[in-house]
Amino acid sequence: MLNIHHLVVKAGDAIILKGIDLHIKPGEVHAIMGPNGSGKSTLANTLSGRAGYEIVSGSVSFQGQDLLSLAPEIRAREGFFLGFQYPVEIPGVGNMYFLRAALNAIRKHRGEPEIDALDFLTLAKEKMKLLELDETLTKRSVNEGFSGGEKKRNEIFQMALLQPKFALLDEIDSGLDIDALRIVANGVNSLRGPERSFLLITHYQRLLDYIVPDYVHVLFHGKIAKSGGKELALELEEKGYGWIEEIAKKSGDA
Amino acid sequence: MTKQRDQISGSCATDISAREEDSSHAIKQLTEQEYKYGFVTEIEEDSFAPGLDESVVVRLSEKKREPQWLLDFRIKAFRRWLTMEEPRWAFLRYPTIDYQAASYYSAPKKKKTLQSLDEVDPELIETYNKLGISLEEQKRLQGVAVDAVFDSVSVATTFREELARQGILFCSFSDAVQTYPDLVKKYLGSVVPYSDNFFATLNSAVFSDGSFAYIPKGVRCPMELSTYFRINAANTGQFERTLLIADEGGYVSYLEGCTAPMRDENQLHAAVVELVALDSAHIKYSTVQNWYPGNKKGIGGIYNLVTKRGKAMKNAKISWTQVETGSAITWKYPSCLLVGDNSVGEFYSVAMTNNFQQADTGTKMIHIGKNTSSTIVSKGISAGRSQNSYRGLVSIQQKATGARNYSQCDSLLLGDQCGAHTFPYIEVRNTSSVVEHEASTSKINEEQLFYCQQRGISIENAISLIVNGFCKEVLRELPMEFAVEAQNLLGLQLEGTVG
Ligand SMILES: Nc1ncnc2c1ncn2[C@@H]1O[C@H](COP(=O)(O)OP(=O)(O)OP(=O)(O)O)[C@@H](O)[C@H]1O
Ligand SMILES: [Mg+2]
Repeated sequence: MLNIHHLVVKAGDAIILKGIDLHIKPGEVHAIMGPNGSGKSTLANTLSGRAGYEIVSGSVSFQGQDLLSLAPEIRAREGFFLGFQYPVEIPGVGNMYFLRAALNAIRKHRGEPEIDALDFLTLAKEKMKLLELDETLTKRSVNEGFSGGEKKRNEIFQMALLQPKFALLDEIDSGLDIDALRIVANGVNSLRGPERSFLLITHYQRLLDYIVPDYVHVLFHGKIAKSGGKELALELEEKGYGWIEEIAKKSGDA
Repeated sequence: MTKQRDQISGSCATDISAREEDSSHAIKQLTEQEYKYGFVTEIEEDSFAPGLDESVVVRLSEKKREPQWLLDFRIKAFRRWLTMEEPRWAFLRYPTIDYQAASYYSAPKKKKTLQSLDEVDPELIETYNKLGISLEEQKRLQGVAVDAVFDSVSVATTFREELARQGILFCSFSDAVQTYPDLVKKYLGSVVPYSDNFFATLNSAVFSDGSFAYIPKGVRCPMELSTYFRINAANTGQFERTLLIADEGGYVSYLEGCTAPMRDENQLHAAVVELVALDSAHIKYSTVQNWYPGNKKGIGGIYNLVTKRGKAMKNAKISWTQVETGSAITWKYPSCLLVGDNSVGEFYSVAMTNNFQQADTGTKMIHIGKNTSSTIVSKGISAGRSQNSYRGLVSIQQKATGARNYSQCDSLLLGDQCGAHTFPYIEVRNTSSVVEHEASTSKINEEQLFYCQQRGISIENAISLIVNGFCKEVLRELPMEFAVEAQNLLGLQLEGTVG
């Protein structure tokens, strides 16, 4: 599904990602943890095609295609979804209008007919229920005035509607209360399947109680310092990142 | 985004030129759009030779078989105009206009007097069809009566009889002069005096045609009235005159649209619009202005130099809504004289400039009566190398106690070579009034664009989406039928398709 080969990325004047290797197969759920500033969002931004990140070396293939050569909207239409750490507000643009435009762009790309307003509404209502989203929220402008938790739920709502093949969720759990965390996790779990993969960026192992990952990676100073199963998250929770630093140092180039 | 909020301040000016590389190539692509309405209608026209002197004014008046009082009005204006200087205070740069180079009358030749729409030249019907305006009533835009002005004359007015049954008078200005001379005589120049300003005075001397409407006491006009202005002939100035009167308690929603062929020469359009809202009347006046803006290099385009003003009597309300996307030069300040106590003035504006377009537009809200209130919402969008200025005056006279104004001026910059400017002038002559002014200037937000793209939306559609969102407060003031048109137009100005 997604294969990252020794990816080195520069942002501003600094090398932020210093050689990332990651292989995600269809149906797998991976989690990335790591201290603040280690480069998690940089990885997400690079993969989704945000401007301002220079690929120094390395490559990424997504379903056999050279991901990094595609325009951001083509990546999205090919099934790459990014759940933003900080979803942006777009005043004056209706949430539903926006989502229908997005869905239709994706459908068109796949050679499918556009969805009409009524069918779209039915579909949206179904997903709103899944995310226990208040109907009034979807009538407002995109993310405008949404609370932190509402924004995050809206991201998952969008994901549920757009049905991507791969979803990279950047701190989807931050700012969520206990109930919202459960709802968001349910939303993600309901989309899990043999054809769809996930990469979760999180600071807290609690999310991983709800969405159980197949693999956990620790990003440290722009490199994956350690990978393991879901028990690695528990270990991090217990010990912090100090011992990872030791490992990183031992491997020679922290 | 910078937000500033100042209460009862003097005038201040913000001037921000954008610098951003990123979305610029997308914007460039978008802006390489052809003007959709640039065709020329091949029709025989009856035109005056170029040139302007008093004899032209006299001939024009003769041609229209006008009564003496109207000729006197024109002559008075013309003599006054000769003493006036073209105003140069606006933030606009254009060469001196040669008023002798233009023709002051051009009209499609007609074989005989028209009895019905069936006799309108099929070329003209076809022209308006191409512009999306059906003059054939059976194929009518639901609930919209149209007066079609082609170069110097009105070629057709639809629904005239139906409206007349309710006492609503809607016809071309020339017809009104012949048929309702008393009303015209009473109100012509009552809001914009013949001596008002250089362009309005010129218009008063040489205006050719336009629309006239009168809504009787207590009548709510059951359909939208609209005028569709089309400049066709080359080297012709268009000077139309519109007069709308809503008698006590009357209501009318009025829309004007305008287009012109693509030509390399600049063409002059100097219109005057006068609105009279008597006690408790409400006039809603909407404009979708799409005159030819000139080409990508700034060659050609219409000089749109327009005076629009309304007078609101007791408890009356005047609402201006404008979507200005066309013209090489726009000089336009639809204004309200809030004469009567409790009268209300509104100005909702979207001005979009691209390539080398320049717009200096805004409003004047003159509070004269007690407890008068006004709202100004202005949205400026600049792209290419264009310059877009908001210029507004809020004047609260001494006797206008308890007056209030709220102004909001937002500018959006697309690209790094355009400019947005705000010139708000505020005068408050009493202490019981409240004036609030908010202004913001922002560049198109890269994060918003990226968010859209990440959801699969192309950058062109993302820009259109964001621009439309930015203008939402204004667009929602437009009558339903035209809101969609305006939305598409904003998109078209910037891109190929609207998603
Ligand atoms: N455009 C940029 N220009 C300069 N530095 C950048 C840029 N983007 C990111 N950085 C820097 O790269 C480092 C990694 O940032 P990143 O946002 O990827 O961290 P993160 O792992 O997501 O952190 P957090 O857990 O706080 O979200 C930080 O030091 C950040 O300041
Ligand atoms: Mg981050």
